[in-house]
Amino acid sequence: MSTVIKVENISKLYRLGEIGTGTLARDINSWWAGFRGKEDPNKKIAEKNDRSKKGNSEYVWSLKDINFEVKQGEILGIIGKNGAGKSTLLKVLSRITSPTTGSIKAKGRIASLLEVGTGFHPDLTGRDNIYLNGAILGMRKAEIKQKFDEIVDFAGIARYVDTPVKRYSSGMSVRLGFAVAAYLEAEILIVDEVLAVGDVEFQSKAIGKMQDISSDGRRTVLFVSHNMSAVKSLCTKGMLIKQGMVEYMGDVSATIDRYLTGDNDMADTGIIPVNLPRQYWTGEARFLKVTLSDTLGSEKKIDFYYRSSFVVNIELEVLRDIQDAIVSIMVGTIDGVKILYVDSTKESAKGLVLKEGKYHISAEINTHLLPGTYSIYLGLNHTDGRTIEWLERVYDFSVLKSSVESDEHYRWRESYGFVLNDSLIEISEK
Amino acid sequence: MSEQIEKWDLEIHPKNSLLKLNLSEMWHHRDLVLMFVKRDFSTVYKQTILGPLWFFIQPILTTLMFSVVFGSIAKLPTDGIPQVLFYLSGITIWNYFSDCLISTSDTFIKNSNIFGKVYFPRLVVPISVVISNLMKLGVQMSLFLVVYFYYLITSDKIHPNSILFLFPLLIVVMGIMGLGSGLIISALTTKYRDLRFLITFGVQLLMYATPVIYPLSSITSQKRWIMELNPMTAVIETFKYGFLGKGTFSVMSLVISAVVSILLLLIGVFIFNKVEKKFMDIV
Repeated sequence: MSTVIKVENISKLYRLGEIGTGTLARDINSWWAGFRGKEDPNKKIAEKNDRSKKGNSEYVWSLKDINFEVKQGEILGIIGKNGAGKSTLLKVLSRITSPTTGSIKAKGRIASLLEVGTGFHPDLTGRDNIYLNGAILGMRKAEIKQKFDEIVDFAGIARYVDTPVKRYSSGMSVRLGFAVAAYLEAEILIVDEVLAVGDVEFQSKAIGKMQDISSDGRRTVLFVSHNMSAVKSLCTKGMLIKQGMVEYMGDVSATIDRYLTGDNDMADTGIIPVNLPRQYWTGEARFLKVTLSDTLGSEKKIDFYYRSSFVVNIELEVLRDIQDAIVSIMVGTIDGVKILYVDSTKESAKGLVLKEGKYHISAEINTHLLPGTYSIYLGLNHTDGRTIEWLERVYDFSVLKSSVESDEHYRWRESYGFVLNDSLIEISEK
Repeated sequence: MSEQIEKWDLEIHPKNSLLKLNLSEMWHHRDLVLMFVKRDFSTVYKQTILGPLWFFIQPILTTLMFSVVFGSIAKLPTDGIPQVLFYLSGITIWNYFSDCLISTSDTFIKNSNIFGKVYFPRLVVPISVVISNLMKLGVQMSLFLVVYFYYLITSDKIHPNSILFLFPLLIVVMGIMGLGSGLIISALTTKYRDLRFLITFGVQLLMYATPVIYPLSSITSQKRWIMELNPMTAVIETFKYGFLGKGTFSVMSLVISAVVSILLLLIGVFIFNKVEKKFMDIV
């Protein structure tokens, strides 16, 4: 297969902060250096792209020395944390902004889909907007005309095609936008997160369409997403970007694993800040840390395969002796609906006797949750019901659509979840 | 072993070559120009009761206001031409220029949401703006012609002549001038937006420095050279001379206007191209 995209030494420099009167001085400074043929003094002090640390420089490399090649027919999944530089890379590839250094070479037409329905005019009808949006994406009028019926059909808006788009529901305009883009005849398609919108039915339809597009092996797709199951089911190759640099490139599963098990930010370590505003707190004890791990013991996981068990690990600090404590762990949806409740009454109905000190608590949860995002809720009570501590949404995690065993992947209407309340809570002094 | 030289359709580098217009790419997007024109033209007066009538109301009211303020109160001369016709001719033509200039001057800021998501030659937008303003001019010219023929029949003060056939040329010169200066301003306002505040009232001030509401002949000859520095002066005067028979016509100043407008366009395209590639980071 021939190489269709060749990226060489791409870097992108950004300036932080506001543009105001003061920036003029530095502009003149840069310009004067360039005029005399010297290196831009402002570039030299640029720093690595690490959003959590407060740097000294106003300049940051959003991308630094990116090199890669994409072959014809490949579907490259680009993953990485927020702010790693994925979108900047796509913007450079789609010629929205130019790189600071380096070059990109490509064969064939590049169409980028960084947003669905770009340029939709609310006052124009669906019909007019299909033509307008198609033209913006680089289609000729005749081309759109030829595919018009298919587009309307795919979007499922036949009835509203002569109604102004401002009367559409947001889902309808998103579907219309995606439908136009889906019929683009470009050799290279750049797609950013657009699947994150729309309902489940539309998402699977969209993924199906993307698979169709690339199935003939002629067209190449670059796909950025935080949805690991979409990346896994769609892409043939993966690329992990970290702090503006390519961390890993290769097989898609290996890339995802590397991303999920990679080191996380302080925010993702599960440490509960001491100064967290607490709704209920008697001051007798506090939770210090909560993490999830899989049953094999790999810590700090935030994504789990469908139908896999996981372990909740908690660190608790007891500040004053408690004679009758009940530890409870709940799993709920991120919008607060509790699904599962386990507590320590099975171990001791009269309550745990906790002396001043630190404890390690763990519980294995064998519940099979449906794919989606969930959160952990923690409670500590006296047996008479008085709350010692109650924490909501301390740790978010996702259940993927794919399973460890390939024949057990989640399938709509065929797969079910279930809740098991048999977990035992183990508690040990540290 | 011979290294195979690969042929690439697209190469992206940090900087554009200075005057590379990429005309084939522009040509590929000609449908997009039409779509933008259609969008701009058909959505201006959407969801209004009077609809396209608004295209006429604005010049009519302005003409009436000018007739009252400048004609009746200030008693500015109109070279013997009926006031309504005199003001309407100036306004119709001037509006085209000022619309072209004002609406291309915020190309980057106004379209940053589209430009931030999709690539197409950015020049498509200002060009489509000039074309949709041309259509608006066409509509407003029909109003002018109705009034014009009314006075042509009822009054003996109007003497059209063959200079009238220069009209298309005048339109082209104005369009190019508006586009060129609009491009320059749009490129300059991406980073420092100071000029944006100047532009709307700047164009208004410029109107008073152009013989729109008074004839050039009413300016004393010592001061007239200042007026003639303004490239719009020759355009407006030629228009009035051709249609109304009064005004000043000089081939020399018209040629100078044309040259200035082409220069403005070249400079505009040059700066626009330079800014186009990096504006997303600074707008």
